[in-house]
Amino acid sequence: MSETEALLEIKNVGKEYDGNRVLKDINFTVDKGKIVGLVGENGAGKSTLMNILFGMNVIVETGGYEGEIYFDGKKVNFKDPVDALNAGIGMVHQEFSLIPGFTVAENILLNMEKTQQSVISKVLGKRLDTIDLPSIHESARSAIDKLGVQLDSQSLVSEMPVGHKQFIEIAREINREKVKLIILDEPTAVLTETEADILLKSMRRLADMGVSIIFISHRLREITEVSDKIVVLRDGQVVVETPAEGVDIGQVAKWMVGRDVDTENIKTSKVDKIENKEIIMEVKNLWVDMPGETVKDVSLKIHQGEILGIGGLAGQGKLGIPNGIMGLFPSGGEIIFEGKSLPLNNTLEAQKNGISFVSEDRRGVGLLLDESIDWNITFNAMQIQERFIKPYLGGLIKFRDDKAMKECADKYIDELEIRCINEKQLARNLSGGNQQKVCLAKAFAMNPRLLFVSEPTRGIDIGAKRLVLNALEKYNEENNTTIVIISSELEELRSISDRVAIVCEGKIFGILPPDAPVEKFGLLMSGIHTKEEGEK
Amino acid sequence: MAEVKGFVKNIGWPRIIIAIFLLSLFIVAPIFGVRVDTSIHDVIVRFGMNAIMVLSMIPMIQSGCGLNFGIPVGLVAGMLGAVISIEFNLTGLSGILVAMVIGVAFAALFGFLYGLLLNRVKGDEMIIATYVGFSFVFFMNMMWLVLPFKNPASVQGFKGEGLRVTISVEDYWFNIFNNFLKIDITKYLSIPVGMILVFAIMALFVWAFFKTKTGTAITAVGSNPDYARASGISIDKMRTISVMLSTMIAAVGMIVYEQSFGFIQMYNAPSAFAFPSVAAILLGGASVNKASITNVIIGTILFQGILTMTPSVINSAINIDVSEIIRIVVSNGMIVYALTRKGK
Repeated sequence: MSETEALLEIKNVGKEYDGNRVLKDINFTVDKGKIVGLVGENGAGKSTLMNILFGMNVIVETGGYEGEIYFDGKKVNFKDPVDALNAGIGMVHQEFSLIPGFTVAENILLNMEKTQQSVISKVLGKRLDTIDLPSIHESARSAIDKLGVQLDSQSLVSEMPVGHKQFIEIAREINREKVKLIILDEPTAVLTETEADILLKSMRRLADMGVSIIFISHRLREITEVSDKIVVLRDGQVVVETPAEGVDIGQVAKWMVGRDVDTENIKTSKVDKIENKEIIMEVKNLWVDMPGETVKDVSLKIHQGEILGIGGLAGQGKLGIPNGIMGLFPSGGEIIFEGKSLPLNNTLEAQKNGISFVSEDRRGVGLLLDESIDWNITFNAMQIQERFIKPYLGGLIKFRDDKAMKECADKYIDELEIRCINEKQLARNLSGGNQQKVCLAKAFAMNPRLLFVSEPTRGIDIGAKRLVLNALEKYNEENNTTIVIISSELEELRSISDRVAIVCEGKIFGILPPDAPVEKFGLLMSGIHTKEEGEK
Repeated sequence: MAEVKGFVKNIGWPRIIIAIFLLSLFIVAPIFGVRVDTSIHDVIVRFGMNAIMVLSMIPMIQSGCGLNFGIPVGLVAGMLGAVISIEFNLTGLSGILVAMVIGVAFAALFGFLYGLLLNRVKGDEMIIATYVGFSFVFFMNMMWLVLPFKNPASVQGFKGEGLRVTISVEDYWFNIFNNFLKIDITKYLSIPVGMILVFAIMALFVWAFFKTKTGTAITAVGSNPDYARASGISIDKMRTISVMLSTMIAAVGMIVYEQSFGFIQMYNAPSAFAFPSVAAILLGGASVNKASITNVIIGTILFQGILTMTPSVINSAINIDVSEIIRIVVSNGMIVYALTRKGK
């Protein structure tokens, strides 16, 4: 790559959010007319990097970034997206930003309309110019033609299939006169395979016309197919920057998930031992209608006493599984718990049967933020198991047993090292890690036989992460409680679980032992079956 | 200085300003020839009359149904109890107790239906409750005319049917609680111990209720409905219970008010209690989703204090009736103040 060819050059870029480092020393270049495939797990720093590039407000508000970005030979530092647009960077977001009631052409040319002067606008100024509809349609059509797709510029966006909307977004970006670089953030996520293929072809056409593209996708097949160069981000660092030629999917998957250091943390496989144990819960054809985490058809056997990890990328449905079983979202299918059929959509019944759940939405579902720690910990046990209740007047009146609640709370504050003033402190005033410990204590206080823990380490610092995981492991060992842990962090699952199931597109794609090679996990996450693992 | 700031923050500016205002009214009262002991007597009596209605706000606030602008639903039930008891010609303690029992029974029924309605409008409870209050009062206006009451003491004299606008309870149970264990301190100052005692019993009941399992669940529903749902609690059921409870307490509050006032005010009268009761509990320091009995006591004393003192003191001072204006500014101002702080 010679200097002249590089359109975008990112040098030593880093970013910190409130002391939390998300990007470190990022270096890579995007050449003119080339497609760069950017891959990384959730939280690897892709979005942050793109936000920096596009000058999004969050970056400026949180104190800017480190390092330098060169665009088209000039050093740039965009203060807001309009700057980036003017410089020639277009971005297509994961969520559509189209106006449903407008036609395709109107959407493509929104705020870039060609106008004609009229009598009124001559008097009252340019804002009252009339819109030149024929020329709008014409330029919309030319943008669509560049993409090489069939779209009617006159039809309404609200009446179009999802796949077409993605093309409209892209057409809008390439319609800008000066556009030199387009960033596509997961553009194929909502597309069917054929639509995705058309999109990939369009991208190639654009690149041949001299437009550079940064293509973000978790579908590794597309990345290896269309990219000229692949950049892999992991934990906020560029781990690999390589020409795409000759790279195979397995290799990319390994780069994406593999960490160099952590290998000794990984639990050794005990799958054989686990699978001899009796089954505590069998899930058959479960579907869950949880927005953003739809579960389509999950069948799963959970063995007594194991820690089962459930992983997968965000939005693939892994969070829907526990939420559905606990009855928090509408669900269907069949669940057999300890030999008996468990009614679905019934939170109370599930908990009465000895199943507990630590929600991923800690502040929204997991805690009573405006109540004290002891309330938070003992509430479920009180409501469901009638504990922490003291009868007066021969059982006529049953009051809360504040003393027993305090004792229980103190016990868990001690055991889980919850840092607080005392058990009366409001949950709102605790740090994220300590709030999570309160959530765990709430579940432990129920003495569950099966415990679902959803994203236990999301949004808490590394020290607290370890404590939380250790607490779970210890609880599993001491009480022989079966634990199902759902997490986006594969390393975490591999360090604690006896088996790891990977969810993709609402289904269990495969179950692997924790010490299986890392690229196998990567492939499953990307929805690619390898021969051996099959259904277990 | 930091201590002062902390103190101000704890108590809140509205309470401090109103309390200082009230205190200054008491200080200047003698200058304008208003007797302080009479004033204190009035404040205590009005506290006793209104406190239970203010107390009735607590269950609904705690369950997340917000401020009960629909308190007339409960008040109407109390009125029903009162007129039915009079219809039976029951006097004295048995008369008022029967009125309460009947009132509470109607309140339970009304509250149940009112609760079902509020469960369908989650998030907009307060505005819907306001409309429910008004429309229910007007519906009952028709009922008061149609229902077959016969007692000459309560029907309109000129045609012998349809209830009067004000029905005297003089011959039935006037001041029955006020005079129970009454302590006379001076000629003008006496303490209606019985009425205060009734409030104390009701307050104790509310306090005890929120110590039970159900009470705890209601508090959790109000604090975080999603949390409660994840604990297997039926949110709708808990909310309905709280609305029924609020309505039933309001019915008792109405009857206690009537026995002290001496009249049952029919027709549109219940509408006049909604805003003052809401304003009183807010003035006491309650928020839209948390309230305590202390809030009720402080709020009722401050609010009723202002209502009692402004007409007598300020009117004698400047010879213009501003009490109504101050009442409206304070009650509506408090409500606006509290609503802007919702969710903090």
